[in-house]
Amino acid sequence: MTKPAAITPASASTASALWTDYLQLLKPRVMSLVVFTALTGLVCAGKPINPIIAFVAILCIAVGAGASASLNMWFDADIDAKMRRTRGRPVPMGKVAGVEALTLGVVLSLFSVMFMGMTTNWLAAGLLAFTILFYAVIYTMWLKRWTAQNIVIGGLAGALPPAIGWAAASGSTPLNAWLLVAIIFLWTPPHFWALALYTSDDYARVGVPMMPVVKGAASTRRQILGYSLVLIPVCLAPAVTGLGGPAYLAVSALGGAVFLLLAWRVFRSRAGDAPGEREEGLYDVKAAAKDARNLFAFSILYLTLLFAALLVEKFAGIAPLPNLTGPFFSGLA
Amino acid sequence: MPNPFNETDEQAKARKGRSLAIALGLVVFIILIFVVSIVNMGGAIANRPL
Repeated sequence: MTKPAAITPASASTASALWTDYLQLLKPRVMSLVVFTALTGLVCAGKPINPIIAFVAILCIAVGAGASASLNMWFDADIDAKMRRTRGRPVPMGKVAGVEALTLGVVLSLFSVMFMGMTTNWLAAGLLAFTILFYAVIYTMWLKRWTAQNIVIGGLAGALPPAIGWAAASGSTPLNAWLLVAIIFLWTPPHFWALALYTSDDYARVGVPMMPVVKGAASTRRQILGYSLVLIPVCLAPAVTGLGGPAYLAVSALGGAVFLLLAWRVFRSRAGDAPGEREEGLYDVKAAAKDARNLFAFSILYLTLLFAALLVEKFAGIAPLPNLTGPFFSGLA
Repeated sequence: MPNPFNETDEQAKARKGRSLAIALGLVVFIILIFVVSIVNMGGAIANRPL
């Protein structure tokens, strides 16, 4: 593990930093997905919760996610400055000093965890603290620059918000909560590796051992298909564990079929074989990488639809399909 | 007009924006603490002998 930049003093003056630059440190777009999945967990818990307490719980999860993003931007400023996707971030741009990103991250972490604990319960607060630490320390400071399995293991941090939301509402996390975690956890590798197939130049240049850089594009395409084959049955599982209803089953099955088709196309493609397949922007790629780009884009839509289906069913009062697992997944309580 | 921080107009505007954002954040935090306290204590908090 090498870490040259975060500990070097910032040379830029931050006198002109706007408040929006600090907001950008919290990665608002990533935060929105975290909020969405956490809200789904909170609603799926099925326990009555005061709307104000629910709002504060989601706010704490959002702020906690923002705090870990800020810590990530402090630590990764050196490689962010060299990658096209990240070089416009406030720290590498010199708008905000690294130490300010660090301070913001630490302060918001403490506030979000303590407020969560005092407002809901300490299981939810503990899970939130674990998530922040896992992302900022285990993933950012250790895994990311050390192993090609970085986003596989590190994906746990992004997968935990539904369990935090569930715990905030009910004080417990039955297996159905962990099933939602498993869905995001298994979704992460095909999602990120599809992106990495056509952005691996950036990762290679800064020495981040993403799978296409270390094992090559063919191995990555094979693993994308492998993870997709495991992911789709797990996505279908809530329909038999008393969590998802008919709408969820339809979305997970139809979307899963499209996901597998796109993963198969990536497997058969030459995506990632030639360098420089990316133009400008995340979705603008050359012909060889289009299959990878399509899977990357659809993976976001699929995850969103899965959680949206659960949310809509709960709000619309649509009963889940019969639980074929007894109390095993839905909790003994 | 005095310029105690020796800053440009743009820097002064940015500082004002940051200060307002911090102030707004603090006010929202205080309101949330108050509301959450009331909610957690329950509706009958005032219904007790003095």
